[in-house]
Amino acid sequence: MSAYDKVLAARDAKKLMSVDYISHLFSDSFFECHGDRRFSDDKAVVGGIAMLYDMPITVIGLEKGRNTKERMERNFGSAHPEGYRKALRLMKQAEKFHRPVLCFVDTSGAFCGIGAEERGQGQAIAENLMEMMTLKTPILSILIGEGGSGGALALAVADEVWMLENSVYSVISPEGCASILWKDSSKAAEAAECLKMTAKDLFDLGVIERIVREPKADNQNMFESLKLLISRTFEKNMAVSTEELLNNRYNRYRRIGNYSEISIEENN
Amino acid sequence: MDFFTFIKPKNELESTVDNSKQNNRPFVPDAMWIKCPACNTMLLATDMEENLNVCTKCGHHFKMNARERITLLTDKNSFKEFDKELESKNILDFPNYDKKLADAKLKTGEMESVVTGRALMEGIDVVLCVMNPEFIMGSMGTVTGEKITRAFEYATENNLPVVVCTVSGGARMQEGIMSLMQMAKTSGAVKRHSDAGLLYITVLTDPTTGGVTASFAMEGDIILSEPNALIAFAGPRVIEQTIRQKLPKDFQTAEFVLEKGFIDAVVKREDLKKTIVKLLSLHNYSSKEGE
Repeated sequence: MSAYDKVLAARDAKKLMSVDYISHLFSDSFFECHGDRRFSDDKAVVGGIAMLYDMPITVIGLEKGRNTKERMERNFGSAHPEGYRKALRLMKQAEKFHRPVLCFVDTSGAFCGIGAEERGQGQAIAENLMEMMTLKTPILSILIGEGGSGGALALAVADEVWMLENSVYSVISPEGCASILWKDSSKAAEAAECLKMTAKDLFDLGVIERIVREPKADNQNMFESLKLLISRTFEKNMAVSTEELLNNRYNRYRRIGNYSEISIEENN
Repeated sequence: MDFFTFIKPKNELESTVDNSKQNNRPFVPDAMWIKCPACNTMLLATDMEENLNVCTKCGHHFKMNARERITLLTDKNSFKEFDKELESKNILDFPNYDKKLADAKLKTGEMESVVTGRALMEGIDVVLCVMNPEFIMGSMGTVTGEKITRAFEYATENNLPVVVCTVSGGARMQEGIMSLMQMAKTSGAVKRHSDAGLLYITVLTDPTTGGVTASFAMEGDIILSEPNALIAFAGPRVIEQTIRQKLPKDFQTAEFVLEKGFIDAVVKREDLKKTIVKLLSLHNYSSKEGE
């Protein structure tokens, strides 16, 4: 598959969405929470509490919706500031009760519109990045479709980030990149190659920890093994001290683009 | 004889034009004139420079490069630069990026889109990061993020306040996911600095957008902006394309963002230094000379 095939697969309306993962992994144990307590309830973000075996966890996902009606309701998975603030509220709640946080990322990007700007889209994302970096409970983020720039990163500052084999993660859409570079959005396939946005590219660049096989809706066994994998990761991270957890999380990002080897002199 | 009358350049094409009427008037080459985009006044470049790149008629704030801004904000000869030699590489082998980087370096004389260092402001010790609008539109590459992160870590270790002047088109596309990760990395460093109880002041300048808005630009304890700066997550063109409608005239200006509650104050360039010094004093930072 070419990079652009992966982009198309990641956007495929028939693939599994956040709500599907939640129901396959947690079935009836999931309790959905609503609202950011500040402005409204953004349905592009679905979140709540669930049981992972015998461990309560907080689950938050960016949700695109399956049919036209759902997609309209969920704004095609593009959250407004209130969506990111709702996510942060649930994370802070998880921190209070020391529950691990599981995030599913699937968005073409944070919404670009008048209301989003008026209510501080940039500030909302920035606050998530800052707060997630020191959230005193384990965080795991899984990209299950599109990882569109800052709007995806706002749910992906974590101890580990995984990607499904057919998901993508990029600073800009290949169409956007092509129209800036070549003034021609139809060259998206070329741009997708240049951007290095597939799970394999990101794994090779050291940006993600794991590539996950794509579960099939009718194969519950695949979900069971994913569940086991998630649970082991949380158990491992619940066992280390908060200080170590947060140091590891900081260093996970700190080492990306650490150019110490070519620095000529130390700061005075 | 008037000085200006003899520096008028000779041009072959002009020989057919009757210049007799103009000959007695002073001549100023075009390059010395700048048109203000806000009020359309033609401004003499030298006047503009004296006025800190602010329109002498309407107060429109023009862009200012990093070195000019450092001179504006810091005490004479006090700026000690960090990581001067740190330069970007074409990590993803992105087409034409090597050339773009080389051009930017040549044009600006800088290695990256941010200059970082330690300086005095009215004698008060600060760490200062100033972004450069002329270096690939102030976009955030990996090294931009690295330099800002190091500056914050240095400030945290040395108990210093940080002042960051932003100007940016956002994350740098040519560095793909690596530039996106700088948003998380810089935010982490800001958080540690903040948790240590230290002051961070951001000064937003025209334009501050995208990944920089959605990370360290909006993370200051105090957020200032210059007048008429564009402050946005998504730029106006992107929004117009998404929602297919024209945006209101003053949408996303500093004044608009102030009204919406996302910044503390709009401060004129001439007042920037004294405002920052005042804020530093209000947080008990004082001049070393007083000790």
